[in-house]
Amino acid sequence: MIPAPFEYARPTTVDEALQAIAEGGEDVKVLAGGQSLIPVMRLRLAAPETVVDLGRVTELRGVREEDDAIVVGAMTTHSDVLADPLIAQYAPLVAEATATVADRQVRHRGTFGGALVHADPAGDLPAVALALDAEFVIAGPQGRRTVPAADFFVDYLTTAVEEGELLVEVRLPKLAGSWGMHYEKFNRVAQAWSIVAVAAAVRREDGHIAEARIGLTNMGPTPLRARAVEQALAGAEATQEAVAAAASHAAEGTDPSSDLNAQADYRQHLVTVLTRRAVSTAAGL
Amino acid sequence: MTRISVRVDGASYDDDVEPRTLLVHYLREQLGKVGTVVGCDTSNCGACTVHLDGEAVKSCTVFAVQADGAEVTTIEGVGQDGLHPVQKAFHEMHGLQCGYCTPGMIMASIDLLGENPDPSDDEVREGIEGNLCRCTGYQNIVRAVRHAAAEMRGDGSGPPTDGHAAPAQVDTAAAPHVVGQA
Ligand SMILES: Cc1cc2nc3c(=O)[nH]c(=O)nc-3n(C[C@H](O)[C@H](O)[C@H](O)COP(=O)(O)OP(=O)(O)OC[C@H]3O[C@@H](n4cnc5c(N)ncnc54)[C@H](O)[C@@H]3O)c2cc1C
Ligand code: FES
Ligand code: FES
Repeated sequence: MIPAPFEYARPTTVDEALQAIAEGGEDVKVLAGGQSLIPVMRLRLAAPETVVDLGRVTELRGVREEDDAIVVGAMTTHSDVLADPLIAQYAPLVAEATATVADRQVRHRGTFGGALVHADPAGDLPAVALALDAEFVIAGPQGRRTVPAADFFVDYLTTAVEEGELLVEVRLPKLAGSWGMHYEKFNRVAQAWSIVAVAAAVRREDGHIAEARIGLTNMGPTPLRARAVEQALAGAEATQEAVAAAASHAAEGTDPSSDLNAQADYRQHLVTVLTRRAVSTAAGL
Repeated sequence: MTRISVRVDGASYDDDVEPRTLLVHYLREQLGKVGTVVGCDTSNCGACTVHLDGEAVKSCTVFAVQADGAEVTTIEGVGQDGLHPVQKAFHEMHGLQCGYCTPGMIMASIDLLGENPDPSDDEVREGIEGNLCRCTGYQNIVRAVRHAAAEMRGDGSGPPTDGHAAPAQVDTAAAPHVVGQA
């Protein structure tokens, strides 16, 4: 189908974009890569009065280094992320998860920021951002604020970005020490979303696991941290047995849905298996 | 209406479009570029794939206004003198049956080969995962893409040397147990 008619604004700076949003009327949608928004507009599940296209806001695109973090502009496309040397060096987990997103056509258009603000429970980047303790820089009429990942994902398809606001960039802290990372995604057919997926970052020290950070995809309305697993891994021996024992806690505190792909109890089983695999690989076992 | 300027397959166009016009509809209905087709309503099938500033995109999931100032290449523009090597390989290796997915398959494949000139079977399958084919079972599509890759690399005789020098012989033949049931 063809989307319903809308007013179109194409700002070139963040300030102009905020103004266009403020003046856009009741129902304003920001257009990033359009790979989630255009499909829902085509199905007329969304029919905004005004669409504010961020495509020409060049300050929102690209990755830069800033002391102890790398900063990813919201409009950086998935393919830009995959080709970026800073991401490859400091946040290989982001690249690994991004490579599993959709297909090459969608990755050419879809953006890092769009995927995070869209906050689909099956989306691959929210759990990664949560595991890496990312910080989100949000701009609004009142200026800018920074929100930690733990407070960013509020509910199903809902983030801390309020009406009238924009996600500007995401800060990924550089991790100190020797970290291994892995994203383990379970899906069944080409270009499919995750049924369940696990993002793991593990720091090893003298044959032990010193610290682990684990994000879960599609195990509830928002991405989750597997805190019980993280606690069990802190100081654990770097062995398959210890990892499996810790991973058996992965379903604790999760609240997955049942849908055509999987029942909730199956997802809770899957998450223990995928956590074991993700942590083992990240720990180099 | 919004005014856009685009170059499509080497020609320049200035047109008024409604902002809600999808790029694929602009190409087909306003420019008559009907080589690019629509196969779904959900951004899954990839039949509508074109290149936007050199990158493969699903033209049903881009507004025409987003292509303002850009260079678009459709299946109608890929062959400079006659067929593009990928088009030729799809023909020679029987990479199509009904042909509906073919324009998109070829545009996605050209994009893949730009990034990886010598993909393995698995890399071809992943590279074209955004394109669905209801006829071929993909075997000959993969062969066609690898055949084209060899041709484009200028690797001597062309076809890859791993036993895929010809289209699959058995793909369309009934398997023995099927014959037995008949
Ligand atoms: C066939 C297909 C398969 C897919 N498979 C996967 C998959 O396996 N894994 C996965 O993670 N994703 C998948 N996606 C989604 C893809 O990653 C999208 O790119 C992403 O979800 C949205 O990014 P976008 O830039 O296209 O955002 P858009 O579609 O432009 O926007 C999405 C939403 O976010 C809002 N928004 C966007 N940017 C901002 C901003 N800077 N500030 C405020 N609000 C903003 C928009 O208003 C809109 O509500 C798939 C998409 C398709 C079409
Ligand atoms: S028509 Fe199916 S993806 Fe565009
Ligand atoms: S040849 Fe018929 S859909 Fe691919």
